[in-house]
Amino acid sequence: MSAATVFGLCSAAAAGLGLYGLIVNPEPLRKIIAFNLLGSGIFIIFGVVARRGAAAALGADPVPQALVITGMVVAFSATALAVALVLRLFQGAGSTTLDADAPASAGTDPTDA
Amino acid sequence: MTIAAALETVLAALILAIAIWTIAARETFAAVAGFVVYGLLLALVWVRLEAVDVALTEAAIGGGLSGVLLLGAAARLRATETRAVMERPDKILRLGAAILSATVAAGLAAGVLLLTDPAPTLASAAATNAAATGLGNPVTNVLMAFRATDTLLEKVVLLLALVGVWSLASDRLWGGFPGPRHQADPLGALAFLARLLPPVGIVVGIYILWAGANHPGGAFQAGAILAAMWLLVMMAGLTDVPPVSSRRLRLVLIAGPGVFLVVGLGGLCFGTAFLAYPVASAKPLILGIEAAMTLTIAVTLGLLVAGAPERRDGQ
Repeated sequence: MSAATVFGLCSAAAAGLGLYGLIVNPEPLRKIIAFNLLGSGIFIIFGVVARRGAAAALGADPVPQALVITGMVVAFSATALAVALVLRLFQGAGSTTLDADAPASAGTDPTDA
Repeated sequence: MTIAAALETVLAALILAIAIWTIAARETFAAVAGFVVYGLLLALVWVRLEAVDVALTEAAIGGGLSGVLLLGAAARLRATETRAVMERPDKILRLGAAILSATVAAGLAAGVLLLTDPAPTLASAAATNAAATGLGNPVTNVLMAFRATDTLLEKVVLLLALVGVWSLASDRLWGGFPGPRHQADPLGALAFLARLLPPVGIVVGIYILWAGANHPGGAFQAGAILAAMWLLVMMAGLTDVPPVSSRRLRLVLIAGPGVFLVVGLGGLCFGTAFLAYPVASAKPLILGIEAAMTLTIAVTLGLLVAGAPERRDGQ
């Protein structure tokens, strides 16, 4: 099995783990981490496709590589926005629960008073 | 099995173990620590996949900046963790999620195993047309010339994300300072490193930008390194984040996409198409865009980590 295949299978499993964590973990921050795990697994599959497309004395196809670099920066900005949303939720509601039936607790945000 | 193949298998197994740890760890702090290690190991995978440009990006963004962002959030949300334990979904949902995730993973694995042979590739097209820009790094060629529109739009996405983060400020705090004011022992290790590392980091960042024309590197990687240096100085309390109403700050934020757009429109007016560089001056134009972009990326990434405005004054 080539290196590309080994890493491809590994990233498929990492993406599956990320999806599981995204569904099962109740904390929003843990969901964000799991989502990043899922995304990075998909990115590595891009890398596998790039590696297999090695030609013209290049070690890997540059087009998927460029797409992944763009994707990583976008994924980071989405993560930052999601984290900011969770922190704001915590400030306003005093908890980060996504459970609609949870009892509301007192807000800690002095600015909304 | 050669030594290289054995090491690759060990690396893959290690990554899987860390991924499981990241999902299963009880404390969010432990999960974030796992995620940082995961990001750094992935950078090794990218090197093994002959994608050094991506490896640099992964190490700087996946391992470094994401780690800082998530660790900061985990510290502030620590109080919510005990309660979340009670909200764990029941067995049936967990089993369903496990089956769904296993199916998706199996599908992806099958996709990897069933990839067509010989693989489709644009590598030869990229190599043939490299002379048009005068740059030796094929990835920079794709990012800045062949698929430059992607990169331009991605800059806009970064800016939009920052506008989204800033918009989370309450009315009273709009235009204020992002995040809490960091304090650190002025004689401690953090303050020491924040004085020692930035001069080196800034030189490395500029080198990576300059070398990115012909070797692995480029605007994203350089910007991420500069952002990390800025964050280090801010977290050591040596300087404060500028208020989001600062005009100078906003000018830096639009410099990258602005220069990119002007060059693109220049191609439309004087050349053949949007973002068509004249062959004679392609390299200086691309390097000029990259220089402006590096500054914008560094400031945007730093501000994304700093978060929404939370203070009216500098205290």
